[in-house]
Amino acid sequence: MIRILLKYAIMFVSLVLIQVLIFNQVQFNGFFNPYVYILFVILLPLSTPRYAILILGFFLGLVIDIFTNSLGIHAAATVFIAYARSLVIRLISNREDDRSDYPGLKQNSLVWFVRYVSIMVVLHHVFLFYIEVFTLANFFNTFYRAILSSIFSIIVIVLSQFLVFRD
Amino acid sequence: MRGLLRYLLKNYAFLLFLILEVIAFTLIFNFNKYQQVKYLNSSNRITASIYNSFNAVGSYFRLASVNRKLAEENAHLKSVLGKLPYLELSGDTLLDSLEVKDSLYRYISAKVINNSVDNQNNYITLNKGRKHGIKPDQGIINPDGIVGVITNVSESYSLGFSVLNKRWGASAKLKKSGTFGPLSWDGRDSEFVFLNGIPFHVDLAVGDTVVTSSYSSAFPEDIMIGTVYSIDQPSGENYYHIQVKLAVDFRALSYVDVINNLKVEEINNLESTIDK
Repeated sequence: MIRILLKYAIMFVSLVLIQVLIFNQVQFNGFFNPYVYILFVILLPLSTPRYAILILGFFLGLVIDIFTNSLGIHAAATVFIAYARSLVIRLISNREDDRSDYPGLKQNSLVWFVRYVSIMVVLHHVFLFYIEVFTLANFFNTFYRAILSSIFSIIVIVLSQFLVFRD
Repeated sequence: MRGLLRYLLKNYAFLLFLILEVIAFTLIFNFNKYQQVKYLNSSNRITASIYNSFNAVGSYFRLASVNRKLAEENAHLKSVLGKLPYLELSGDTLLDSLEVKDSLYRYISAKVINNSVDNQNNYITLNKGRKHGIKPDQGIINPDGIVGVITNVSESYSLGFSVLNKRWGASAKLKKSGTFGPLSWDGRDSEFVFLNGIPFHVDLAVGDTVVTSSYSSAFPEDIMIGTVYSIDQPSGENYYHIQVKLAVDFRALSYVDVINNLKVEEINNLESTIDK
């Protein structure tokens, strides 16, 4: 239990630092920005109680908000996917499958994992980009930016599974 | 009653979700009030020192361009100095002659430790704070032009709106005609801002210089902002849509100057008497 808590604490801190010190600094032509920190919410054990996922998601978003001076925006988006998580997992999983408790790549099939990550990332990014601009004017411009950023985030998150967070 | 209670207990996750979203949106909507909350932005000690130590690594890679900029500015200042009459170009005398008693502005040099261009509201975190004399509402410039304005100050760090922020627009004017208007950013391209409120009768051309106006106590007059890039004359409106190409490259900010207007309190006191 202590080992798991420690592992997730380290994951939390390193994902926040990687996000704010690397991905937010590299400026990809000003048009899109990948947000990979939500990997923390994605990788929480399936048996985590829902209130814990929600509160951790809120806290994670708030920390990112403090770093990027966007108070409330990342918190709102991360709480949203924290709530949607169990619904997404139920949606894409077969009842017959014997799911491992850890929703990583190794423990599940590549197709399942890519699907899971893609839905979570797209939900998060679309929600985030729209509350950031807070208008439906330039609807397609915002949508385009959200999808472009999503693709980048999905690639980074899936690749990261081959390097770290393996167990 | 019991049924309601049972329902709520069963759906506690949804209830918690709603509560957390309400908190998050309250934070978003009340952003301006929370400007006073010291710890919820990147000028707080923990966040700023993380940015500061990380920036120390990255800044080595920008040394060459920082050096070139400094040399250029030096050359420019020398040529300005040469134009001043009756000035002996030796150390002490020079200092004495420059020590004007009622000089309006002091400049505080600071290093940018965090900066973004990709968000809708971009901010700059600086490594100087209250103890160095920085206060909210002071302007931020670099040798190329205006960069932003200070909003939050902690003991040794500060945070400011960048020009690329929808929540703030500098007061600008066309250098040629002196017509002024507010700047705004549309959140799309980090190289361009828009100048509004210039009526159709004003004579202007692509390439005209846009500078700061004298209506803001944050900036001295005639600080470079950029050049007119494109002019649109929308039908049914009274004002031009002017796209301005920024003089400052926001992707490569490293050192900036914060402007301390020594008369700002006097100006504010005078202006506050009107409100009463």
